[in-house]
Amino acid sequence: MSSPTTTTRPTVTIDGNEAAAYVAHQINEVIAIYPITPSSNMGEWADQWSAEGKANIWGTVPTVVEMQSEGGAAGALHGALQAGSLSTTFTASQGLLLMIPNMFKIAGELTSTVFHIAARALATHALSIFGDHSDVMAARSTGFGMLSSNSVQEVMDMALIAQAASLESRIPFVHFFDGFRTSHEVAKVQQLSPDDLRALISDELVQAHRARALSPDRPQLRGTAQNPDVYFQAREACNSYYLATPTIVQNAMDKFAKVVGRQYRLFDYVGAADADRVIIMMGSGAEVAHEAVEALNTAGQKVGLLKIRLFRPFAVETFVAALPESVKSIAVLDRTKEPGATGEPLYCDVVTALSEMGVSKKVIGGRYGLASKEFTPAMVKGVYDELLKPSPKNHFTIGINDDVTHTSLNYDADWSTEEPGTVRAMFFGLGADGTVGANKNSIKIIGEETPNYAQGYFVYDSKKSGAITTSHLRFGPHPIHSSYLISKANFVACHQFSFLERIDMLKYAEPGATFLLNSTFGADEVWDHLPRLVQRQIIEKKLKFYVIDGYEVARETGMGGRINTIMQTCFFAISGVLPREEAIEAIKYTIKKTYGKRGESVVQKNYAAVDAALSHLHEVKTHAQVTSTFDLRPYVPAAAPGFVQKVTAKIIAGEGDDLPVSAMPIDGTFPVGTAQWEKRNIALEIPEWDQDLCIQCGKCVLVCPHSVIRAKVYDEPALAGAPATFKSVPARWKDMKERKYTLQVAPEDCTGCTLCVQVCPAKSKSEVKHRAINMVAQPPLRESEAANWDFFLKIAETERTVLSLNQVKDVQLLQPLFEFSGACSGCGETPYIKLMTQLFGDRMMIANATGCSSIYGGNLPTTPYCTNDEGRGPAWSNSLFEDNAEFGLGMRLAVDKQNEYARELVWRLGFTIGEDLAQAIIHADQKTEQGIFAQRERIKTLKAKLAAIDSPEARDLLSIADALVKKSVWIVGGDGWAYDIGYGGLDHVLASGRNVNVLVLDTEVYSNTGGQASKATPRGAVAKFAAGGKPMGKKDLAMMAVSYGSVYVARIAMGAGDMQTIKAFQEAEAFNGPSIILAYSHCIAHGYDLAYGMDQQKAAVNSGYWPLFRYNPDLVAQDKNPFQLDSRAPSIGVKDFMYNETRYTMLVKSNPEEAKRLLGLAQEDVAARWKLYDYMAHEPANGAEVKK
Amino acid sequence: MIDLSKTIDLSTTYLGMKLKNPLVASSSPMCQDVGNIRRLEDAGAAAVVLQSLFEEQIEQESDELDRFITESADISAEATSHFPDLLYKVMGPDAYLAHIAKCKQAVKIPIIASLNGTTKGGWIQYAKQMQQAGADALELNIYYIPVDPNTTGEQVEQKYLDLIAAVKSEVKIPVAVKIGPYFSSMGHMAQKLNAAGADGLVLFNRFYQPDYDLESLEVVPNLILSNSHELLLRLHWIAVLYGNVDADLALTGGVHSATDVVKAMMAGAKVAMMTSALLKRGITFLDTLCTELLIWMGEHEYDSIKQMQGSMSRNSVPQPKAFERANYMKVLSSYASR
Repeated sequence: MSSPTTTTRPTVTIDGNEAAAYVAHQINEVIAIYPITPSSNMGEWADQWSAEGKANIWGTVPTVVEMQSEGGAAGALHGALQAGSLSTTFTASQGLLLMIPNMFKIAGELTSTVFHIAARALATHALSIFGDHSDVMAARSTGFGMLSSNSVQEVMDMALIAQAASLESRIPFVHFFDGFRTSHEVAKVQQLSPDDLRALISDELVQAHRARALSPDRPQLRGTAQNPDVYFQAREACNSYYLATPTIVQNAMDKFAKVVGRQYRLFDYVGAADADRVIIMMGSGAEVAHEAVEALNTAGQKVGLLKIRLFRPFAVETFVAALPESVKSIAVLDRTKEPGATGEPLYCDVVTALSEMGVSKKVIGGRYGLASKEFTPAMVKGVYDELLKPSPKNHFTIGINDDVTHTSLNYDADWSTEEPGTVRAMFFGLGADGTVGANKNSIKIIGEETPNYAQGYFVYDSKKSGAITTSHLRFGPHPIHSSYLISKANFVACHQFSFLERIDMLKYAEPGATFLLNSTFGADEVWDHLPRLVQRQIIEKKLKFYVIDGYEVARETGMGGRINTIMQTCFFAISGVLPREEAIEAIKYTIKKTYGKRGESVVQKNYAAVDAALSHLHEVKTHAQVTSTFDLRPYVPAAAPGFVQKVTAKIIAGEGDDLPVSAMPIDGTFPVGTAQWEKRNIALEIPEWDQDLCIQCGKCVLVCPHSVIRAKVYDEPALAGAPATFKSVPARWKDMKERKYTLQVAPEDCTGCTLCVQVCPAKSKSEVKHRAINMVAQPPLRESEAANWDFFLKIAETERTVLSLNQVKDVQLLQPLFEFSGACSGCGETPYIKLMTQLFGDRMMIANATGCSSIYGGNLPTTPYCTNDEGRGPAWSNSLFEDNAEFGLGMRLAVDKQNEYARELVWRLGFTIGEDLAQAIIHADQKTEQGIFAQRERIKTLKAKLAAIDSPEARDLLSIADALVKKSVWIVGGDGWAYDIGYGGLDHVLASGRNVNVLVLDTEVYSNTGGQASKATPRGAVAKFAAGGKPMGKKDLAMMAVSYGSVYVARIAMGAGDMQTIKAFQEAEAFNGPSIILAYSHCIAHGYDLAYGMDQQKAAVNSGYWPLFRYNPDLVAQDKNPFQLDSRAPSIGVKDFMYNETRYTMLVKSNPEEAKRLLGLAQEDVAARWKLYDYMAHEPANGAEVKK
Repeated sequence: MIDLSKTIDLSTTYLGMKLKNPLVASSSPMCQDVGNIRRLEDAGAAAVVLQSLFEEQIEQESDELDRFITESADISAEATSHFPDLLYKVMGPDAYLAHIAKCKQAVKIPIIASLNGTTKGGWIQYAKQMQQAGADALELNIYYIPVDPNTTGEQVEQKYLDLIAAVKSEVKIPVAVKIGPYFSSMGHMAQKLNAAGADGLVLFNRFYQPDYDLESLEVVPNLILSNSHELLLRLHWIAVLYGNVDADLALTGGVHSATDVVKAMMAGAKVAMMTSALLKRGITFLDTLCTELLIWMGEHEYDSIKQMQGSMSRNSVPQPKAFERANYMKVLSSYASR
């Protein structure tokens, strides 16, 4: 055994995921991974370290393999374990659910392994990426041991203890910690040394693990099928191993204490030795409770906390022994919900354990913190207070207001345990402005350069464009147990001036706190530009107020718009946490460390920004009076409907925590069309229409990712009452010359991406840079254009029946039924979704795979899918990630069945409803818009007739009559779904022959979880899980679908062929069978200015990387070649496409030789694919001559 | 048959280096490949100027990389970044430096490294690393286009001088400066460049002016290879500068034949540099050129290159006015009388 070496344990400032991965990577040989929030980072670390050649404690680099799903990862892991490798994986939530089948097997075979779980809520009434114990509780019957970590330090420690115990006990372990609160909290921890790891991991046990493995050199067989005679006994044969495990875990904990110095117990009790009330819980909430217990006992109370560390196997005797005898009442807190059960799992275990040991105590159970709901010391006190009551509430909830079934406990939310000596700083920044990154560096500086303890936690809003980030930083002389958000800050920084009118951030400022504002207004003028509320808070709380023009410093020092290091420098200068010189030196050190790999010039520019920052920092003289003439804007307009006012506005305002249970839909059903009320106002510049130059082509409308540019053709009388600046010109349509045309921008919904300007083909004859649409400053236009927008919306939509729906020019006039989503500025996916809703929105059902499109499509507070004037619009739902094709097929089956039954009923009721009507309904031709419109009219008549008929059949038909109008079922998702996790289902659905339409938004990575490689990732691109460049080529999913011969397939790229895109959508929908459209979608994960997204799409097509084609099985019957190649032979090298994007050039920069090799192969891929496509396009139909 | 190469001395000196002939392969993408460098030597090149290491390559690409990595970070709780950490440090000049070393190993002819930029940024320090990597000399290509109307000619000139001084302070190997023809007083500027430390002047840079695409109304990059007509501007100024500056003069731009080389030498150039001719006609054209040069010299009874160098410079011709305003009048009147 190695001897303990305490001197080689550095202090590091890392998050929980890195802590787990650090240990796991060093004590395993095969690591199977798959991305899922919030555990993805563990896989990313492991992949990165292996790519960098970092070895485990045995000196070999672990093999890291990304699988197609968590189910696949568990399968690969199971195989690796059976073949004798030390293997691990990382996952969360639905991922863990997909692993459960293998977990039963792995445990049943008594196989040593540790799964590291960033515990997360399960998708029930809604998906949530946030932390609770629903997932691990769902896995508790698998036979895995379960070990809980409550803090980042514990994550590192327990990761090792779990592995040591698993090897000795042969019981596999789930090592879990709270998603986000622990997985993403950055904290100062002591890093275990490789010697510590070696000391705990016995080589003999590792060898024993290998010796149990399958090998043809000493063959054995596992995985038999057993019959009623022996299965039961065999299942009981493992009992002694489970019985021995608690002792083995405690021994591992003791050994760990001997080596490292931190002692853990299966059940750790903290608090008064003679406590009368005890809370029992596990996870990060226990840290909060720990803090509260200390404060309450200091105040004279006698309370205690029992932290459960080993949840499975549950050691009953040890548990009871850990409770002080003095305890009179116990509250068990579960971070999960098990509807219909006698109680949540931990509560039930506690009750059973006490009962079995003959101990009689009052025990109540309660739920807290679901999906990272804040859990504070005040809530802990609320629970202890409840225990004092003669009849405390059982099966309670804490932290919410349950005004329906009245489960919730009241508590004093103002009760605080924050230490006065702790610095608590909050920073409000924009997602992409580097605020979070700089704060992570600050925490590292404070944690690693000073004796202070440090903690950082980062909160994001749910938008991908203009997302607001809030950084919560604590540091002080004592260990920090505060696993909850800061609510009383002594430093508040606002990195974006515009936030002041949207967020009441100074409500978090303590009296006498410091307020730092990034402002283009100087110290002398800024006061007049502050909203009244801000002024009042500065005066009343006597805040020290500083301003800096971070943008000016950034400009002067070549930092562009990046203000992060500038603001960071100011923070250190004002907060005084370190002497200035020392702070600046430390900032520069971390700059070098963080940015050094990106090149010296990046480092130098950051240095220059740091040096220039302080001379621009000024204290603002406090004013005595509130003088401002404006205040914070209302969160939604007064015109918004009731639900939006009552519920949505509160969520937008960041006050969702205050909403009671009664405000929430009971089954996860939400109204559509609410995004229109959330005026985010994030664009500094918006497009302005030059109506004289405009050729009314509609390209800008087509490409707009957020549906903020719209066009209408209407009759002149509609202009009555138009605002003075409302623009209107004669329509340039042959058949509508007498009518008017308006192109209107929604100024408060635009994200300023400029795609529209880039795509505009109309240039001024006298100044070519001036187009028919041009970016101009938003603030001067905001009010007038908002009024114009409102007026525009009131103008009737252009009649669909007069339009030709396969022309871009006409399609622009169709109302989008998807608007103002939270997608990234310049998103390449949403233009396709918007187009789909324009074409078929009033009759479509959407099954949406989890991913970007489900987040911007369905993440609260607001929903972008909306309705037309008749109240029709897309019906949208997200089931899971892996099952989306099947989910959509189910919709189709239901629609078809209802249609079939409705037709049967129409026949049966023929005489009653009138034979003519029945005939017309049954034989309706619904291939065109006009046909569908006519059928809707018939159904209206039918419904009117049915309402007057009193028969069961009539009532039945009334309930499904709408199914007689054609429905369009769309299955939408990204490449992660279609190429990887959902491929099996997708393949089956394509083979089903049913009339479903699949839209694959191909960004070529898992965009939503942060850019991990999928099988759609091209060769040579750098992505997470492919840090060294993806060595293999992209799967040709389109051709796989073509191979069926019975599937409509289109490969499209709007930027390269907008007409082809529209045609493909129309044909796919018209095809009476399965269809699939693969849509090239530029993405922030590609790494270039998305303003050029459409140009890059063109380059992708022109290089032959993304040839456009349509495969229409219907053409076979017309003696035509079903394969139509819609793009020309490559006209530029694939390099001219690839090297515009960071995902490719990263490799060129960091590993030019490999980049060159992969580029060569990528060019070969293109040539081979083109040859095949070209051949297919010229293949003779029915044996006719090849036409070249 | 007489072996002219034994009777005619083609050797010259440039930047203190003795070269076997005045034919130098100018900086071009062709020089990125060590195989091509070998072929150039085999075909008769006396020296090679490597492709340029651009300031933009070093700085702006790093900045872009940093920008896109940063801008895609922390956009949501699920995606705290969109790219993996770089596996290795961005190469900076490492690949270029390794290339110098490889070229030095591969050939015996001098290797001249080329540094292209306009600002006094951190990139200048790479000059020293080029020297350490084995470069025999350095060509500093100042491809500066002063588009800001507030920039004075004096400021532009000072920029050049500062850059040369900065680079010279980094290295001991000779430094040639490649410039464009657009100075108010080329002679004076040449002297100042010389005084600032330039060991050689490479005349002239070809500024690639963009073209217009009349259909898309876009300004598009445009590259037109040089032709012999472009030689004349270079001849003119080399002839004028010869004898007035200590720095060696190199002619680049428009050298397409043996007679072009002869003209360059007669004007006063120490070497004639070529890119377009080699791109158009292949590396082996150098061999042909060398032979034609020998033939021309043999036919015209020249013994050596040195003999002809500067023989038709402004100071050496009977009608120096041919290089002055008088020539302009003469050209115009002759055109009018056609």
